[in-house]
Amino acid sequence: MNQRCAVIGIGQTHHKAKREDVSIAGMVREAARAALDDAGMDYGDIDAVVIGKAPDMFEGIMMPEHYLAGALGAVGKPMLRVHTAGSVGGSTAIVAAHLVATGIHKRVLTVAFEKQSDSDAMWALSVPQPFAAPLLAGAGGYFAPIIRAYINRSGAPNDVGMKVAVKDRLHALKNPYAHLQLPDIDLKMVEESIMLWDPLHYLESCPSSDGAAAMVIAAEDVATAQEKSTGRSAAWIHGMAMRSEPTMFAGRNQINPQAGRDCAKDVFAQAGVTNPRKELDCAEVYVPFSWYEPMWLENLGFCDEGDGWKLTDSGATSLDGGDIPWNCSGGVLSSNPIGASGMLRFLEAALQVRGMAGEHQVADASKALGHAYGGGSQFFAMWVVGSDRPA
Amino acid sequence: MSTAPQPKQGTRPVAIVSFAQAPTQRRIEQANEVELLMPVIGEVYAQANMTKDDVDFVCSGSTDYLIGGPFSFVTALDAVGVWPPKRESHVEMDAAWALYESWVQLQEGDLDVALIYGFGKSSLGDLQRILALQLDPYTMAPLWPDQVSLAALQAQAMIDKGLATEEDFAGVASRSRRDAMNNPNAQVANDLDVATLLKEEYIASPLRRHCVPPLSDGAAAMILVAGDRAFDVVDRPAWITGIDHRIEAHAFGVRDLATSPSTTKAAHIAGVGEGDVDVAEIHAPFAHQEILLASALGLSSTTALNPSGGPLAANPLMAGGLIRFGEAANRIMDGTASRAVAHATSGPILQQNLVAVLEAAS
Repeated sequence: MNQRCAVIGIGQTHHKAKREDVSIAGMVREAARAALDDAGMDYGDIDAVVIGKAPDMFEGIMMPEHYLAGALGAVGKPMLRVHTAGSVGGSTAIVAAHLVATGIHKRVLTVAFEKQSDSDAMWALSVPQPFAAPLLAGAGGYFAPIIRAYINRSGAPNDVGMKVAVKDRLHALKNPYAHLQLPDIDLKMVEESIMLWDPLHYLESCPSSDGAAAMVIAAEDVATAQEKSTGRSAAWIHGMAMRSEPTMFAGRNQINPQAGRDCAKDVFAQAGVTNPRKELDCAEVYVPFSWYEPMWLENLGFCDEGDGWKLTDSGATSLDGGDIPWNCSGGVLSSNPIGASGMLRFLEAALQVRGMAGEHQVADASKALGHAYGGGSQFFAMWVVGSDRPA
Repeated sequence: MSTAPQPKQGTRPVAIVSFAQAPTQRRIEQANEVELLMPVIGEVYAQANMTKDDVDFVCSGSTDYLIGGPFSFVTALDAVGVWPPKRESHVEMDAAWALYESWVQLQEGDLDVALIYGFGKSSLGDLQRILALQLDPYTMAPLWPDQVSLAALQAQAMIDKGLATEEDFAGVASRSRRDAMNNPNAQVANDLDVATLLKEEYIASPLRRHCVPPLSDGAAAMILVAGDRAFDVVDRPAWITGIDHRIEAHAFGVRDLATSPSTTKAAHIAGVGEGDVDVAEIHAPFAHQEILLASALGLSSTTALNPSGGPLAANPLMAGGLIRFGEAANRIMDGTASRAVAHATSGPILQQNLVAVLEAAS
């Protein structure tokens, strides 16, 4: 990065199954307005808008950013639309941050959303395409065999996924924005829920949500001034990275993808992190299906390959006494407005290091990871944010 | 020895060093998107004497709505073969904005080479109905207005304001299709005079068939190199010395359709008016839009407009804007121009516009 930059404003909607009370424009505006209020700014203060969402077919609007330009105060400004599959919320934040880190703009508003109730993501994902392997039953059907292969390879006990499902829903009870609020959640409830894609029970899958996320990313001088005027601290960006690899080829390691390992290595090197489990206070990682927690623990280098399930099993990733809490917000398992889900991970990491995460705050969090992945676990976006300015 | 000109935006000079496009056709049935892209990407590597291992960053532009399925960019990525894994991104916009994102990335200073590509096959569906889905989903899309009718509203607004006549529109089309006779990648090339064109029936008054772009299948790719390394690749790199993009309101009722303030603002910021412009490649799918945009860009009568034939000769969606950048860069690289303007548009009737100044090193 050429210049230091920081997150100075954060906003999100209360994620729900159906937001029938607002249009898409109204929904993104809720998140954008909250982020601007947090930053002590108004639409007029913003230099550029970067928006992201998952496939346009999820709502049935082609390139909806055109229709949203007015609602987001982008008229007369540069507006970019990012789409990198499920990782898009993270990639969008990174594209926005680069506009500031390069000195091109000083104050960038970045927004991501999905209004799943306007269409049917499962249907949209299942349209047959010539010469491409059909996804058929949506993302869960695609990932279940990979999860099964992980279980076989690692020798993990069968209940580790269910433990993640319980833990993240307990975390969600501390996050008023989380979609799923299941006060009675326990292993029995998960186990008794219907088997969707073996080994994934219904409650081991993410919900379908309507929701939006927004952040204001600012240059160092602006961030310093706003910290003074609003009295709220900034989350400084210590590193950001993206990596992609092809969906399929012979010998591809789909359980522990190289692109994820490379991306983690890059972002941790930028942030000066050598031992993420020790040096980070928490992580917000894209876990749409329970078993992706142990799989990503290994992929991101929080433990050795094959040991991810042991961390989860021991409670290390729990906000309640764990040494490296993952997804204190409840994660994707508790709220999944798809296009926004990656940005929510980036945003929740920033909330933690700003000390603004409320009930799901990790005490004295000073460094956190935000992570998103997409496609056939082939697109990765990550950032590390901290309460201190990077060196 | 040449030195890279100092850019007006950003701090690091970045140049276009190679460009290739698939010969545009009405319907390419023999190749899917990957097959369409592979030879094009192969050609930009060959021109630059590079392989994919030289590329630090990959960025593409496309839309799922042409293929009618999600994630069309995911399969298209197989045309690059990002293995080992690469830094890669995608915009659901014309690939000219993928160029913009790449240019930003190269400003960071740690990466030097970017590969950009865009693709679109209009033949896969009914474009008039597909593009209606780009409009406000609550107030406009349910009416299914087609893009030709919307463009006609804009053309009529220009006539009503006395900014152009139907003869002027025919003049643009006549010149464009004649110039296209020298462009092997063009789809519509012919030598018809204005009087002949004006005998055509209206499609949507005041637009006749000649005012309307062809339906096209196509793809394009480009390589950007940052810093003096560009001189190692090509004798005359096309340096991006100014670049900016702006969006306007979506609702037609609040816009003056006969003007393009977003283009004017972007052109001002990119510094279009700070020197003579030898050639401009303007992403004006409809004939009247070239007149509108040339005025909004502030170009003088000495600038050669769309010598490639422009979008009236070949109009592959999502690659069309990048092709304007490529055609303008080619004029710099082949020595026929020393300062050029490239323009790209996105959204209904010119809602969003990107403008860049390309220059040869002095």
